[in-house]
Amino acid sequence: MNALKAPPGLPASDRPYLSVQGLSKVYATRDGPVRALDQVSVSERRGEFLSIVGPSGCGKSTLLMIAAGLVPASGGAVSIDGERVKAPRTDIGIVFQSPVLLEWRTALGNVMLQAEAKKLERGAAERRAGELLASVGLGGFEHKYPHELSGGMRQRVSLCRALIHNPPQLLMDEPFGALDALTRDQLILDLQQIWNERRMTVLFITHSVAEAVFLSDQVIVMTPRPGRIDRVIDIDLPRPRTLAMRETPEFTRLSREILDVFLARGVLREH
Amino acid sequence: MTDADQTGAGLTSLSIEEVEAGVQRNLARRERRARVSGVISPIAVVIALIALWEAGTRLFAVPVFLLPPPSAVALSMQANARLLISNGWVTTIEIVLGFALSILVGIPLALAIFLWPPFSRSVLPLLVSSQAMPKVAIAPLLLVWFGFGLLPKVLIAFLIAFFPIVINTAVGLAAIEPEKIYLARSMGFGPVATFFKIRLPNALPAIFGGLKISITLAVVGAVVGEFVGGDAGLGYLLMVANGSMDTQLLFAGIVALTVLGVAMYLLVELAERLAIPRHIIAGNKGARETM
Repeated sequence: MNALKAPPGLPASDRPYLSVQGLSKVYATRDGPVRALDQVSVSERRGEFLSIVGPSGCGKSTLLMIAAGLVPASGGAVSIDGERVKAPRTDIGIVFQSPVLLEWRTALGNVMLQAEAKKLERGAAERRAGELLASVGLGGFEHKYPHELSGGMRQRVSLCRALIHNPPQLLMDEPFGALDALTRDQLILDLQQIWNERRMTVLFITHSVAEAVFLSDQVIVMTPRPGRIDRVIDIDLPRPRTLAMRETPEFTRLSREILDVFLARGVLREH
Repeated sequence: MTDADQTGAGLTSLSIEEVEAGVQRNLARRERRARVSGVISPIAVVIALIALWEAGTRLFAVPVFLLPPPSAVALSMQANARLLISNGWVTTIEIVLGFALSILVGIPLALAIFLWPPFSRSVLPLLVSSQAMPKVAIAPLLLVWFGFGLLPKVLIAFLIAFFPIVINTAVGLAAIEPEKIYLARSMGFGPVATFFKIRLPNALPAIFGGLKISITLAVVGAVVGEFVGGDAGLGYLLMVANGSMDTQLLFAGIVALTVLGVAMYLLVELAERLAIPRHIIAGNKGARETM
């Protein structure tokens, strides 16, 4: 597995950007401890698009929260550029499954919240927020309130809010899980375009095999109870990827490889 | 009218623009009708009830001291206008001060309950059980302590009115999606900025819900205070009218109190609309569409 820490003495450029080592998370409950993550190790190079795919309850969202510094680990460590993460990482952009917009702020106002937190210069930030919104097809919707926007539009606003400060890493927790299939396809294409232009490091959590294969350089397959990494699969499909590519034998083979893990582990059952 | 009907019948084939215009006209007409009936219907019901009341008292020759007809009440209101206004003013002051005190005490109390769990654990049960005690019962005690002036009425209004503010504010501050707090922390907002930028605005609808209950209770409190030991105010006027069997004045006082209560409530609602702009935006949108 590529989960090992880069040996000392290697140049910094070969060192992983995000390194998760032997990470465990155990929740204490009345019925005894619950193992959410068991000795999980992940490493991601700068500019890489890494997906973690797995069924509900495999601890993939917990992994993201720990990587964001928002939830403490029970054991093991997360480091960024070799430095231990001990507090919430404020340089990153984060997108949750729900858009988490402030209902009393407009689309622009919601994107500007990030700029206010970072104390960016207002005029420039507002221009940038407008450009970002326009780039995801929300030109003309800047002054709409969340309740006036569709689910897909709200998630786009949430994505813009995560991008306005040019974060080195984007953490996404099943960002398209609540959307209909067509909207999801569009947002996947939009995200690929954004990543292509900026090449930020993305950690993408999903339960959709197709989404993971389509977007990623590498897919980590997790199985539940306790959350463990089962397989790491490199996706070497050419970029930019197109919707039609999903029907190619190569794409199908990669999807099949992930599904086989789920079948072998009893996550999926064929009758 | 006919355009839309013909479309419905499907006899002529209209262009999509014509259909569009017809549908839009239909919607505008429907909304106009709904708006007009929304104002007219309640007024019509009130007028009908008053007419029924007037006719009933006359038809059955009900004695005036038992149930005066609305016309007699109206005449009494006109004759006692000065009295109603001066006493109404006294009651208004009591309500406003009692309500203001409820906010000044209730909001900080709610903040303490929210921010400091030990305080919540020790004080909240006390606060909740104190609400089981009928406040009317301690009104005479307040009279003994603070005399017949303004203060006991304000205190009774406050005692009755502050509780919903405390509960709604505390609940409103606590009820927030955990993701919003995670988001704030990951963006780098400190506790103070998180509170003022996210948690407090998020709680505003709940807080105003509490304020709206509270203002109606403050009216009750002020009147109870005047009942027990007043020398002015609409509650006192009611007691005087009652004592002299002036039922017309009794009714006039009730009408004045109702008007006062509704006005107070509407003021709080106006403040809510100013503080939470999305209500206005949602409201205006409908109006603009029909114009």
